[in-house]
Amino acid sequence: MIVADRKKIPEIRDMIKNHRRVLLVGCGTCVTVCLAGGEREAGIIGSALRMALRLQNRGDVVVDECTIERQCEDAFIDLLAPRVSDYDAICSLGCGAGVQALAERFPKMPLYPGLNTQFMGILESQGVWTEKCSGCGNCRLGEFAGICPITRCAKRLFNGPCGGSRDGKCEVHPDLGCGWQLIYDRAVNLGILGRFERIVPPHDWSTGLDGAPRKVVREDQCIAGLCSRT
Amino acid sequence: MNDEPVILAFCCHYCAYAAADLAGSMRLQYPGNVRVLRLPCTGKLEVNFVLAAFERGVDGVIVAGCLEGGCHYLEGNLRARRRVERARQLLVEIGLEPERLEMFNLSSAEGTRFAEIATTMVERVKRLGRSPLRPDTKRTEHGIQEIGRQAEAMLAGEKR
Repeated sequence: MIVADRKKIPEIRDMIKNHRRVLLVGCGTCVTVCLAGGEREAGIIGSALRMALRLQNRGDVVVDECTIERQCEDAFIDLLAPRVSDYDAICSLGCGAGVQALAERFPKMPLYPGLNTQFMGILESQGVWTEKCSGCGNCRLGEFAGICPITRCAKRLFNGPCGGSRDGKCEVHPDLGCGWQLIYDRAVNLGILGRFERIVPPHDWSTGLDGAPRKVVREDQCIAGLCSRT
Repeated sequence: MNDEPVILAFCCHYCAYAAADLAGSMRLQYPGNVRVLRLPCTGKLEVNFVLAAFERGVDGVIVAGCLEGGCHYLEGNLRARRRVERARQLLVEIGLEPERLEMFNLSSAEGTRFAEIATTMVERVKRLGRSPLRPDTKRTEHGIQEIGRQAEAMLAGEKR
């Protein structure tokens, strides 16, 4: 899932300073699960924002909240469309994809992000989320015993740990497990340690973030023809 | 009455609510500024309940739960303490004094302590002054009743 955390109230308050009617739009998918921008959080942020505005003598600014199931899909944004004309700005509590999906759908509406999108990750323990995938577009988890050296090793090394690995911990942070220690331990358990005797060639980064925004196309699913969106 | 602070107390059914009742039975005197709202457990408290109270102009909020280790639902009061801490951080971001919100732990036998808590909070809030978000007392009282109705509806398992 995509993990995000909310921006501070003063930052959101200052972002919307030129607007009189603001709609806070929560998202019912990833950011609900990571407790950043779902229905409950939208209520909390909305209430806090209204109070912060009133304390700045801007109590006349209308801040309403609503939450749609998924901000990154037009079909769900449809449900929001009838309400939008009542407002002069939207503050999205979705991830960066959600904010941009709303921006594409409502070209004349100023859009502001209420969250800081962090990473793709998992729920490590209650209230703790950790990054697990960098979305490099060329997954090689099968070669590394199911642990990603790009995401889990601070230096993105492909051929074993660096000298900063001590007692299974990374030198970057004492709480951070060394990605290569994790790979090694799991490879031992799986009995596949031998595969690390060969040098792993450099990663093909051309599928990653270094080029233009990426696109995945499934032509058999393009019922209405190939999408015209950029 | 307009200058008197209005304080909302979210009280756990198993301790603080009974303690408030006991304080009454014991004929203890405590300021009449505290409005008691019963929760089945402070673990039921959501951050947005607290914000809803402040948004409606309440001057201070008490969250009163069982003694640590004594929660009827094992750890509801411990969760409430974390939520209260988060709500206090939000109050700072909003621009309100976090001292307007405080969590207390007490048992159902501590009627005297409930009276002390009420007195302490009223004095504290009087020092801080009236909430800048309080429109007028009538609307605040109306807002408290609204929160109470929402809480009752939730307890009855109805949708808000």
